[in-house]
Amino acid sequence: MLLRLFAITSKEVRQLARDRLTFGMIVGIPLMQILLFGYAINFDVRDLDAAVVDEARTSHSRALVADLQATGVIVLRPPSPGLPDLRRRMESGEISVGIVIPHDFERRRLGNDRAVAQILVNGSEPMIDAVARGLASVPLPVRAGDYRSRTPVFEVRTEYNPERRTAVQIVPALIGVILNMTMVIFTAAAIVRERERGNLELLIATPIRSWELMAGKLIPYVLIGLIQTTLILTVGARIFDVPINGSLLDLYLAAALFIAATLTLGLVISTFARTQFQAFQLSFLTLLPSILLSGFMFPFDGMPPLARAIAQALPLTHFVEMIRGILLRGAPLAAMQVPAMKLGVFLVVALAIATLRFHKRLD
Amino acid sequence: MNAVPQAIAPPGEMAHAIRARGLTRRFGHVTAVDGIDLDIPRARIYGFLGPNGSGKSTTIRMLCGLLQPSAGTVDVLGHEMPRDAEQLRTRLGYMTQKFSLWDDLTVSENLQFMGQVFGLPAQRRRARVAVVVEEFDLASLFKQRAGTLSGGQRQRLALAAATLHEPELLLLDEPTSAVDPQSRRDFWESLFDLVARGVTILVSTHYMDEAERCHELAILASGRIVAQGPPQQLMAEIPATVVEVEAADTVAARRALVQDESVLSVAQLGTRLHVLIDPATPEPENRVLQRLRAASVAAQSTLVRASLEDVFVAATGFGRAAGARPQG
Repeated sequence: MLLRLFAITSKEVRQLARDRLTFGMIVGIPLMQILLFGYAINFDVRDLDAAVVDEARTSHSRALVADLQATGVIVLRPPSPGLPDLRRRMESGEISVGIVIPHDFERRRLGNDRAVAQILVNGSEPMIDAVARGLASVPLPVRAGDYRSRTPVFEVRTEYNPERRTAVQIVPALIGVILNMTMVIFTAAAIVRERERGNLELLIATPIRSWELMAGKLIPYVLIGLIQTTLILTVGARIFDVPINGSLLDLYLAAALFIAATLTLGLVISTFARTQFQAFQLSFLTLLPSILLSGFMFPFDGMPPLARAIAQALPLTHFVEMIRGILLRGAPLAAMQVPAMKLGVFLVVALAIATLRFHKRLD
Repeated sequence: MNAVPQAIAPPGEMAHAIRARGLTRRFGHVTAVDGIDLDIPRARIYGFLGPNGSGKSTTIRMLCGLLQPSAGTVDVLGHEMPRDAEQLRTRLGYMTQKFSLWDDLTVSENLQFMGQVFGLPAQRRRARVAVVVEEFDLASLFKQRAGTLSGGQRQRLALAAATLHEPELLLLDEPTSAVDPQSRRDFWESLFDLVARGVTILVSTHYMDEAERCHELAILASGRIVAQGPPQQLMAEIPATVVEVEAADTVAARRALVQDESVLSVAQLGTRLHVLIDPATPEPENRVLQRLRAASVAAQSTLVRASLEDVFVAATGFGRAAGARPQG
């Protein structure tokens, strides 16, 4: 029994080591993704091109513009003579933000009933819209001698990620996304490939048991998954300064559980797909909802009930919850029992489906 | 998972390696195998001869338990199939039609792997690998990847892998379809060596010369067995008289002969024609000559022994619909 398990595992490792392309993907996919996600998906929008129409031209209006610039969110381009010119520059895409300070700025500033100035935002890009709207909360400049000071009512502090860096939110969950992507495809393809090449017909005519065949094929990929986890963690910590607050053991335990769950998902797919191409398509079919619904990019709380229900059935949802807890909040694995149990349930159910569907027969 | 003790089946029932009754397999509304009966004796080479799509592979797959029969019963080495398929695995050797060992593993790794999968302990595995490497002349290819082997080399490797665990019954699905004539000859030598050791071999082929080497033969057409028996007997009992015609203008000769109602089929072999004639026809060689003279074709004719190809043509309905003519 152990001999056959070992036979399958060592054959799989040998074949993997000889398949340069697949071997490259094991390292290449995580590296490419973490760099892409870490750099390109950046919710801290900075240096938006902006222009000012200052009709008031007072010291206060100049102070306000200086404060806006000091946020770092905008970079000032040459000012515009009037509103029509500002609109044209926004239309052409030269600027994303326009600041209009009306000629009655001083009067508005002293009164309390009307907005003192206007910010025009290019609403065609969602991130810019959200961020530029934040500019509106910049308080009016307070100067010595001012009889009115506007201090903000609340001070906002962002816990666990005080600088509100996107990488900190993205990278831990990215471990899950990358594992989800590679593990499902690798296992599904590993079994379907043998079916496609005719190896499976020979294998099922031997005394090998279904579970030995499946387990033997999965073991190398568990190791590969842990290697990928290490790779992403290292790059995340070195390049994007992602903190590792929890215990590494807890982290690897959670990762191993998630890897097992995604591998069995791959197994289930392999029992449906007849060709490697079908296996890839089915894998991507499960990947997209995982990325969109797991809470990796969009907050889970804002989703309609159906989307939440689907998310509950996806292993990535539970892993994202666990990994953020362990990595960022330093929570022990024991505090993550609920998502861990849900992952476990997924694992058992998927394994049962795969075993029931895999027959040592051709029909 | 271990080999079932031989004593399970009483020796009397072990006279046959395979016995099938009414074996049928349907795929949707296509009947690939249609109620075949088989009695394959032990320590013999039994051949399946038939064109592509005649149901050879499907039958072999049912016999080794990879496909579930739609109807009928199968008994292999005294066990009911497919129920006991797993118990029989170590006693069967199966060689698939397509090369199905691993292209990216070496000859040695492939053999090691198959030995492990069949549960041979390390010592026996080493010994067996050494034996088959010697037997199938694989020593010089030992470290070569299977994907780089020639057709004949691959097939030697596949047979080595299939016999590594010393099965009592070998099922070979068109083993020589991608192999040169010399390799085919060597391959058949190996099969006779195995049979001499008591192994039963079921081999499918579409080569007449290979079929003629079998101890016993079943000719398959459209999922049915249309003739069954030792090749010599099949050739002797062919339900037709065979006349060989040598003519200068074979095309005209052929055209003239097919119009005769006693002529069942005409096949060309170089400058000669093999004419199958209704056995009830008196003086068939003269009748052929008369017919040719009437068409003013110069020719000579001789009565000859039927070849296996003639048997095949007769059994598959003389080029008409299979089974249209009752078998002798």
